[in-house]
Amino acid sequence: MKEIEFTINGRKKRIAVRPKDLLLNVIREELGLKGTKYGCGTGECGACTVLLDGRPILSCLTLAVAVNGKSITTIEGIGTDEHLHPIQQAFIDAGAIQCGYCTPGMILSAKALLDKNPNPSEEEIKEAIKGNLCRCTGYVKIIAAIQLAAKRMRGERV
Amino acid sequence: MREFKIVGKSVKKVDAALLARGKPLFTDDVTFEDMLHARILWSPHAHARIRDIDTSEAEALPGVHAVLCYKNVPRVPHTSAGQGWPEPSPYDMFMFDNKVRYVGDRVAAVAAESEEIAEKALRLIKVDYEVLPAVFDPEKAMEEGAPVIHDEPDCRQVLPLFYDPKHNHCAHIEVKTGDPDRGLNEADIVIEHTIKNHYAQHCALEPHSCISYLDPMGRIVVRCSTQVPYYARRIIAQCLQLPERMVRVIKPRIGGGFGSKQEIVVEDVCAMFTLRTRRPVRLVFTRPEVFVSSRTRHPMIMRVKTGVKRDGTVSAIKMRVISNTGAYGPHCMTVLGSTCAKTLPLYRCPNIEFIGDTVYTNLLNAGAYRGYGVLQGTFAMGIMMDEMAHAIGMDPVDFWKKNTIRVGETSPIFSALSEIGKGAEQKVDSCALPECIDQGAAAFGWKEKRERYRNQPDGPIRRGVGMVCTVHGGTVALLDASSVTAKMNEDGSFNLLISASDVGGGCDTVLSQIFAEALDIPLEDVIVYPTDTDVTPYDKGAYASGTTYLSGLAVIKTAEEIKKQILKVAAEMLNEPPENLRLEKKGVVSTKSGKRLEFGQIAKRAMYSKNQFQIAATASEYSHLHPQTFTAQFAEVEVDTETGQVKVLYYVTAVDCGTAINPTLAEGQVEGSIINGISYALTEEFIFDENGRVLNPSFRDYKIFSAPDIPKLKTILVPSYDPTGPFGAKPIGEPAMDGVLPTISNAIYNAIGVRLTESPFTPERVLKAIREKRGR
Ligand code: FES
Ligand code: FES
Repeated sequence: MKEIEFTINGRKKRIAVRPKDLLLNVIREELGLKGTKYGCGTGECGACTVLLDGRPILSCLTLAVAVNGKSITTIEGIGTDEHLHPIQQAFIDAGAIQCGYCTPGMILSAKALLDKNPNPSEEEIKEAIKGNLCRCTGYVKIIAAIQLAAKRMRGERV
Repeated sequence: MREFKIVGKSVKKVDAALLARGKPLFTDDVTFEDMLHARILWSPHAHARIRDIDTSEAEALPGVHAVLCYKNVPRVPHTSAGQGWPEPSPYDMFMFDNKVRYVGDRVAAVAAESEEIAEKALRLIKVDYEVLPAVFDPEKAMEEGAPVIHDEPDCRQVLPLFYDPKHNHCAHIEVKTGDPDRGLNEADIVIEHTIKNHYAQHCALEPHSCISYLDPMGRIVVRCSTQVPYYARRIIAQCLQLPERMVRVIKPRIGGGFGSKQEIVVEDVCAMFTLRTRRPVRLVFTRPEVFVSSRTRHPMIMRVKTGVKRDGTVSAIKMRVISNTGAYGPHCMTVLGSTCAKTLPLYRCPNIEFIGDTVYTNLLNAGAYRGYGVLQGTFAMGIMMDEMAHAIGMDPVDFWKKNTIRVGETSPIFSALSEIGKGAEQKVDSCALPECIDQGAAAFGWKEKRERYRNQPDGPIRRGVGMVCTVHGGTVALLDASSVTAKMNEDGSFNLLISASDVGGGCDTVLSQIFAEALDIPLEDVIVYPTDTDVTPYDKGAYASGTTYLSGLAVIKTAEEIKKQILKVAAEMLNEPPENLRLEKKGVVSTKSGKRLEFGQIAKRAMYSKNQFQIAATASEYSHLHPQTFTAQFAEVEVDTETGQVKVLYYVTAVDCGTAINPTLAEGQVEGSIINGISYALTEEFIFDENGRVLNPSFRDYKIFSAPDIPKLKTILVPSYDPTGPFGAKPIGEPAMDGVLPTISNAIYNAIGVRLTESPFTPERVLKAIREKRGR
């Protein structure tokens, strides 16, 4: 067991983990944050995406010990029940959520994109969510949602 | 067409905000004190008898609580297919058997304190296999002397249907209308092709998941990712040899199904462990397990012969189909039946012969998958239609229009066959297919593009266009049923209790819209509660695209009952006859006196003041017929004749789904279907080794489309109204996917003059087809 300290959704946490524990399991089981999903366990679906210091990473491929001293954001850490994050709101408004299983990962990948590129092209959006599979929507409305969120975050009234 | 207040509006999905926040809504998002974790041992052999199995070491491992195998579970022949009762699928499965029939078949299972311990225990199980010869080719499987996959004496078909397991032959269908031979004789041109589709997996992002536990009364509660909660309850009870009252199935949010969760794949084992250990047990598939050991699409070999006259009339269709169901037969005969019954009514040809067989092989277990046989049949017929149009020099648009069924017409196929046995006499109550063709062709630029590509300069990169029309009859006529309960609260809101089983498509929202529309209340006054078999009334569940249609009809019936009760109370309160009263904006108004009562007043009076009763109703509906949904689909492709690479550039789908209760959700169904279809057509493919083992059970090696792969897409919802549907609606879940394979094949043909009759259209296959054509 090894003690690690990290920030999760803005809060400091100290927990003991085994060297081989995966971040995905620690987030889901130890921290009880179930928005981060298992879809493949091998880095090929993006359902387990979280942000590490603002960059999207796959928690199913990341050892928990590797986040020592770092900051993690999961879907629970963006927006509140009263004030959804604009990307969350755009996903709802654009009809980008069907089963919703891919949604947390998609939204976090979109957030990482829009935080560094507020005006992405359609190609850049597709590239940013390339690692996030969705079997329900065909991506059309997800791309539209990210475009809508980008506009709103730039202050456009749409 | 009617004006609506809530129906026809793209209101937001009722669960969207929760899903966007990542709330713990899915099966595996809850944990229980003392929960055990189950894992399954899978067969490494395609066909073997288990001489003996030794689980003693596994059982002795600290942390292991139970091991299951054929030696210690009841031997109950059943089918995993979530269908009505009695099921038209053979009872050829056992929770565990002393025989394995494909690589990935169940051998044994362990429940332990952790997944790690369970997996360790699996490695301690010693299995003595007698490896048997296996058969992978469905045509060889039917030959005399082929290995018999189901040689157990207790497998059987419970309905009086064809079943001959001694010859690996598990379904047979013959349908004949008119005089197909004469039709062929009268034809000016007869065309013949063998068309084959391939195995595929649904790839719902959420794996099959189940958590079961005992309630304080000792009943088994099963929370699971199912499309068919009531059928799941019945089949779990059957496998555990318990009465249904001892089982309660709860369906939380489901991360996609597409048919894969219309099967009992994990629930029986999980529940059995709970029964044995009295502890909560969790069983969640890994992705490789989903690929190999859940369900897949039936590959079919379709030999089709059609005749066409110079004037563009299709004079005969003969179809000979062999469907490969793999090691077991869930849905084996109904998928095959749908290839005929739900595909062929599209064609205005009186002379049709369909002969179909479903065959066991030692390959992956096929089952229900979006498209359900209609996709396969449409692949074959979509190509034949294109070939016939080409042969007589007619534009496919005109040829399709001339030969497809119209409103008010009937097809002899309707009454000849449903999914099971004889079908229901019916006519086409609504059909906007001609409009779909016109609007789709216009949006696509069909004429211009055909002209442009006819004259494209020579070169290795060629472009082409193709089109196809589809029909898909929703629900299983005469068999499927849905029930809905609603009750009124003091504030005039309603609980809507449904078992229609939203798996992502949005039926919780759509059914709420229908209910709100029927009672003229705002959507937020409908509190929808989806499936819990202890609470919500019986519904077939989510399959055959029937939810909006059939459950929608049940919702309207329920609302009508509620309305009667509300008017009765209001009449008492106002001292006016109910005939004077009507519902308006969450209230009752008198057309005579002009007086108005709010729903809240009426509910309170009914609950607390006089002649008290709960305003509540349950109503049921069953499917009287197959509502027919139509699409016209257009694809523009680019083919690199040097690499064989096919790229879809543009895809237009025009859909007649009657009233789109929620247009955004309806579009979402179409877009998801089309991308799944293109992905299936171009990249998705199982690779087997010579021993029947899947070599690519991962998203890395089984490639499904991600965002950069998608072409430009356009979806047109063509206005129409079906008089039999709820507020005019028809099914939308599957019809769009049916047409993608042939549409792309036709576009490739248009681009390079080479006909692809075998999917997927990978670079290797395209190059091979080009070479074969040149060689000729
Ligand atoms: S679960 Fe991590 S990428 Fe699929
Ligand atoms: S919404 Fe279901 S996987 Fe994306």
